[in-house]
Amino acid sequence: MTHNNFWLKKIEISVSEAEKRTGRNAMNMQETYTAYLIETRSVEHTDGQSVLTDSLWRRYSEFELLRNYLLVYYPHIVVPPLPEKRAEFVWHKLSADNMDPDFVERRRIGLENFLLRIASHPILCRDKIFYLFLTQEGNWKETVNETGFQLKADSRLKALNATFRVKNPDKRFTDLKHYSDELQSVISHLLRVRARVADRLYGVYKVHGNYGRVFSEWSAIEKEMGDGLQSAGHHMDVYASSIDDILEDEEHYADQLKEYLFYAEALRAVCRKHELMQYDLEMAAQDLASKKQQCEELATGTVRTFSLKGMTTKLFGQETPEQREARIKVLEEQINEGEQQLKSKNLEGSMCKKGIQVWTNAKECFSKM
Amino acid sequence: MDLILPNGGTPAGTSSPASSSSLLNRLQLDDDIDGETRDLFVIVDDPKKHVCTMETYITYRITTKSTRVEFDLPEYSVRRRYQDFDWLRSKLEESQPTHLIPPLPEKFVVKGVVDRFSEEFVETRRKALDKFLKRITDHPVLSFNEHFNVFLTAKDLNAYKKQGIALLTRMGESVKHVTGGYKLRTRPLEFAAIGDYLDTFALKLGTIDRIAQRIIKEEIEYLVELREYGPVYSTWSALEGELAEPLEGVSACIGNCSTALEELTDDMTEDFLPVLREYILYSDSMKSVLKKRDQVQAEYEAKLEAVALRKEDRPKVPADVEKCQDRMECFNADLKADMERWQNNKRQDFRQLLMGMADKNIQYYEKCLMAWESIIPLLQEKQEAK
Repeated sequence: MTHNNFWLKKIEISVSEAEKRTGRNAMNMQETYTAYLIETRSVEHTDGQSVLTDSLWRRYSEFELLRNYLLVYYPHIVVPPLPEKRAEFVWHKLSADNMDPDFVERRRIGLENFLLRIASHPILCRDKIFYLFLTQEGNWKETVNETGFQLKADSRLKALNATFRVKNPDKRFTDLKHYSDELQSVISHLLRVRARVADRLYGVYKVHGNYGRVFSEWSAIEKEMGDGLQSAGHHMDVYASSIDDILEDEEHYADQLKEYLFYAEALRAVCRKHELMQYDLEMAAQDLASKKQQCEELATGTVRTFSLKGMTTKLFGQETPEQREARIKVLEEQINEGEQQLKSKNLEGSMCKKGIQVWTNAKECFSKM
Repeated sequence: MDLILPNGGTPAGTSSPASSSSLLNRLQLDDDIDGETRDLFVIVDDPKKHVCTMETYITYRITTKSTRVEFDLPEYSVRRRYQDFDWLRSKLEESQPTHLIPPLPEKFVVKGVVDRFSEEFVETRRKALDKFLKRITDHPVLSFNEHFNVFLTAKDLNAYKKQGIALLTRMGESVKHVTGGYKLRTRPLEFAAIGDYLDTFALKLGTIDRIAQRIIKEEIEYLVELREYGPVYSTWSALEGELAEPLEGVSACIGNCSTALEELTDDMTEDFLPVLREYILYSDSMKSVLKKRDQVQAEYEAKLEAVALRKEDRPKVPADVEKCQDRMECFNADLKADMERWQNNKRQDFRQLLMGMADKNIQYYEKCLMAWESIIPLLQEKQEAK
């Protein structure tokens, strides 16, 4: 998964560690944050051995900066998503904590995937800022800001719901945008309900733990039934505590759904940028057409109507590489989604098997009563 | 079909009007647990609704088969309603005060909360009434009680009730007249132990009842969320091309799990909770019997003391004090025997109840597992197609 045709060498990138740090923020206030270790290795062709070439620490905000930069400089590319900034769609109050070790670990994986996807993208991997992100610890932030990308970021994009009336919308892009909107909506709904489902399931399992205690107390007054009750109670405790691991595993499925959600957002952004571009072009074409018309009128004194439609067809008729890119992205994501579904269903299966095991054990204890 | 009846078990689904008799025929082939051949079989089935001007109520068919001499015919079939059972129980308490009388399912049902005529409620009640009669049938003394006989055989029970014939046994008559004025100083160790046991037992069952109710509540809330969760996958599936089939499959799968969960909660509500509650009622009535025993002992001790205080020359114990002693000793013996029997039956009943609970949970997980495993090939196909 890590092969990369980056400057003719095979490079392996990994986000191998996470560390809690304290420091001072922009307002000179003390803050706690997590730093992630990024290691880059080059693989020698001959013997397959990897040599550590670079290793530096970065925090989440720097990853964000990199992504925002890429979004501006490669507007037609669906830039891979980052893992969540804050834990959302949480089912349990504890997991809303950014410092929670499970959350940090899942974030580490997400950050690694992010870098690997950029590294395997034929265009993005050649970006200098990306290269510097991996290799130049100090001063990197200043270097990025010096590119002035923030100025380039089109403020109009920020108005997400603004409508640009495009005269001849490209159906392929409109369809894609529509699809990504619906997808985002459906997946958000799914994530919200999933969180509630997890919460309820937690409650069901935990209440069973109370059986453990009462069976134990009851067994104290019984003669022949005592042993059976006591050991069954133990199994109830096992059952109640099994839910923590089950739900932790389930979080990975939620993470994958979130990734899909972010990809849909990124896809939508590309469609929007295209829309914007097209709008600009149409405006320009219209402008050009009217100027030409004025020229002609001035020259010949006659008025002619120009076919705007004909002109735009020439401009937008062929599928651009950007459009193709967007569509391939969607397909890839669907393949990934299929894999994710498979994994999650295996998860459900194992949860059922665990349930059967515990209750079969309890049944055996009851039979010995 | 081989019917294996553990002590007090009921064959399921015996609601057909015709064949109680044939069922009872098969029962005769089984010996009871003590190895003795049974000579009395009773079954409660076939609930029917009766709508009258004044009220609506349910009757149950009681079928009896017996070779005992106390029964004129080998077989009887009568219809009884809940208040008849209630009458029987009161009569038994009255006439056999030294014995533990089995409990009836709760009399009062909050109208509006529970539907008294719903299939589930009627079936739950039927099972409890059947259990009640079977417990009496299994009792070596109670099963010969005159009122019980009449209950099983009389065409017109109401006429019999009205006659008010007091068919009290000697013991019943005498215990009835024990005035409540005597206070026992100390309960003998063995009965104190029984009292303590019953107190703790009822307490623990109460806790288990609350936990079980809580679990059902949580499971229902989980079910509500699942019923929203599944269909979202269908909505998603409508947006997709190749993924449509697997996503639809996931939706159906979650639907199946939801159904399985609903079955589990229904089973627990109908089969588990009522039995638990019956045992709590049972231990309450047993504690009352213990108190009555205390009364009898207190009377005896008081009378004995009175005699001792009179300081008469005659060392002979007067007849009425002897009667008191007799009464007390019989009571103690009956109670001890019943307690032992009760402990054994309780063990069987709880073994069956708790194994049943485990079984239902296992079945739930098996249904879910089957649902999930059935769509894995569907997902794998998609994988391979790529």
